[in-house]
Amino acid sequence: MSGAEAFCRERPFKVNWPVRCAWFAAILYALYAANYLDVSWARFVVGLGNGATFLAEMVPPDFSRWQLLIDNLIETVEIAIIASAFGVLFSLPIGLLAARNLLPSWVTWPARTFIALCRSFHPVIFAILFVKAVGFGPLAGILTLVFASIGFIGKLFAEAIEEISLKPVEALRASGAPFISVIIYAVLPQVLNRFIGFASYQFDANLRNSTMVGIVGAGGIGGTMFAAFQRFDYDFLAAILLSIIGLVMLSEFISIRIKRVFQ
Amino acid sequence: MTTRTGNALAAQPERSLRVEHLVKAYQPGKPVLNDISFEVRGQNSVAIIGPSGTGKSTLIRCVNKLIPPTSGAVFVSGENISRLSGRALRHARRKIGMVFQEFNLVERLTVMENVLCGRLGYVSVWQAWRRTYPQDDIDRAFALLESIGLADFVHQRADSLSGGQRQRVGIARAIMQEPHVLLADEPTSSLDPKTSVEIMEVLVQLSEVHRIPLIINIHDVELARRFTSRIIGLSQGGIVFDGPPAELSNDHLKTIYGGEAWLQ
Amino acid sequence: MTTADHYRWQRFTPRERLARFAVFLGFAVALAASMRTVEVIPEFLYDAPTQVLDLFKRMWPIEYSYYPEGVHHALVETLHIASLGTLLAIVMAIPVGILGASNIVRVPALNWLAKLILVSSRSVNTLVWALLFVAVFGPGALAGTICIAFRSIGFVGKLFAEALEECDPGPIEALTAAGAPWPSVFLKGFWPQAAPAFWGIALFRWDINVRESAVIGLVGAGGIGMVLDTAMNLFHWDRVALVLLSIFSVVIIAELVVTNIRKRII
Ligand SMILES: Nc1ncnc2c1ncn2[C@@H]1O[C@H](COP(=O)(O)OP(=O)(O)OP(=O)(O)O)[C@@H](O)[C@H]1O
Ligand SMILES: [Mg+2]
Repeated sequence: MSGAEAFCRERPFKVNWPVRCAWFAAILYALYAANYLDVSWARFVVGLGNGATFLAEMVPPDFSRWQLLIDNLIETVEIAIIASAFGVLFSLPIGLLAARNLLPSWVTWPARTFIALCRSFHPVIFAILFVKAVGFGPLAGILTLVFASIGFIGKLFAEAIEEISLKPVEALRASGAPFISVIIYAVLPQVLNRFIGFASYQFDANLRNSTMVGIVGAGGIGGTMFAAFQRFDYDFLAAILLSIIGLVMLSEFISIRIKRVFQ
Repeated sequence: MTTRTGNALAAQPERSLRVEHLVKAYQPGKPVLNDISFEVRGQNSVAIIGPSGTGKSTLIRCVNKLIPPTSGAVFVSGENISRLSGRALRHARRKIGMVFQEFNLVERLTVMENVLCGRLGYVSVWQAWRRTYPQDDIDRAFALLESIGLADFVHQRADSLSGGQRQRVGIARAIMQEPHVLLADEPTSSLDPKTSVEIMEVLVQLSEVHRIPLIINIHDVELARRFTSRIIGLSQGGIVFDGPPAELSNDHLKTIYGGEAWLQ
Repeated sequence: MTTADHYRWQRFTPRERLARFAVFLGFAVALAASMRTVEVIPEFLYDAPTQVLDLFKRMWPIEYSYYPEGVHHALVETLHIASLGTLLAIVMAIPVGILGASNIVRVPALNWLAKLILVSSRSVNTLVWALLFVAVFGPGALAGTICIAFRSIGFVGKLFAEALEECDPGPIEALTAAGAPWPSVFLKGFWPQAAPAFWGIALFRWDINVRESAVIGLVGAGGIGMVLDTAMNLFHWDRVALVLLSIFSVVIIAELVVTNIRKRII
């Protein structure tokens, strides 16, 4: 892009051919890909018609099975809470071990590989594997989200540690403080705020994802949602979606409040 | 406070630092420090002067093994530091206080926490985490902060202080270690001239009160002359002058720094 | 100094302590309650190692021979879904992002409208979006592409709006003062400043979309996820392993591509 900018400055009103070509290529590609995927305007319009029926069937949302809804929501929240607690608990040491400015490479290398492994697959795929390993139910969901949390927080936390100032670390090492005390006093104060930020963000993410892992049988409201969807039970589906959105908004509100306490 | 510490000290052997044949080569065959030997004991304060890049910081960091020396030995109050590692090295480092050019405070902690950091080598990790220090340490920290004029800043965060105040906190942190030798690497280089003088006063006064031998890397020859009782001139990795400030002549400065136009 | 009047020193004020304590306590209680009531059967956990071992045994050897006939087409389809979805998202996110940038569009109502679109796009999980679009458009890549596009608008639009709001007002004022029409102000004032960030965001999103388009097939929205679903339903674990390996490779390649392009444009 820097080339394009320089171009603008020199001859502001000349056409920028490379960028034009890029846009043109993008349009060509889009046409090709749409053709490949059999995506067409006609199908889109037909779909819009379906969409209208679909929406019409969703109204009014059917809250009559609220008991089931509440039970599912509670399980979803429980999965998110437990997974966040363990995820945060594990990602703190793993993130520390992955920080290349504090530790030698024979320590950081395994930690970084582990984090990369946790990030390499979408949580749903982990959920599938865990369902096979520990059976249907919330345990699989919890394990899935624990790994997802380690992948996310661990990586960002390690990066945050790699950005700290090493001066206080040097000072405390020079005073003969044990390694863990150096971490507590010279490293954590510099990254704790960011860590709490990552953790609360991950809690929100876990909550959203715990509504989804149920689709493959890993507990939470996703299972009921998928079933409602397959039974064309769209008014119940609408009720489920509304309660998920309400839950996510509630949790965002709470996490803003909590962040304020730690500022 | 002074009397109490003073009495306790009288029973101990004299605090000292002895460096013997110290060599440091970052790249093999190109020593930055070449066969440095000197000894400091008692209430002596020593200034190390020398041109930029001659190895002053390296020398100071070799003393507490922040940088491992290539060869030679360092004795703190008679104990040989150079062979230690692990826990033994940590315990030896408690006896070496260090003051830094850029203060190296933990910005987000309070003044008090920063000062108490000097005790981290003595308290357990668990105590450090809970911030439950022995009452004796807290009393000493308050007294120290009072004596350097920071009593009102105890609960402020370090990043809200001025440079001079920060350096005072840095000095208090080093003194809290009850060190046997105090090393200062250009403690005044980030400060204005007036504050520099104040910081030198604090350093020299505290080291005298607590009877800690003091070694200061410094670029300002006038400050060195005014505040220390001995000057070591380094040039190209070797000691080219070692004596009281009165004996340091312009000729010596020429050999240390090279050239003479700057002397005018 | 006598030993009687000790100095007191504490890290936090009582109120701060109380607030922090309340948060920790709240979380601890929630955690304890969750651990007690969640329906976890511990026997399953003890059994997990055997199950995992069994799983790996069934996955091995990986059925590579299935790749040309069953996986390749779906893999390419996945990449197209991700790319086309990202392109669509870019096209839609630019106007929404502009509407959302309060230093360009100075109408709070429009800003709010944009924010609403962005938030609702982001707060629903991709798989849930996929479910909805499958219901609307029927199973297949069309639903997947539109799902990816919709989910990406929120991400790209939000970050693009933020990049626009961070633009240096200097050159923009100069252009406005010279009487340039609005499109020129945008193209010559805002766009050059926000473009690197925008392409960075789009690339980043493409990388995410590759991962996501690999799984939306599980609910019928096209791509390699559908192959994965079929293989699992038929207990063809050696094929599952092949699919997972393919997804893994594509994800790694996508990440490498993004890192390299990013290095060039920044
Ligand atoms: N980590 C290192 N690796 C390699 N060479 C180094 C390293 N640290 C310092 N040096 C070299 O050692 C020499 C001495 O550096 P040192 O920092 O000790 O000088 P100094 O006397 O403290 O200088 P100044 O007065 O500018 O602080 C320099 O030539 C420097 O390039
Ligand atoms: Mg130096």
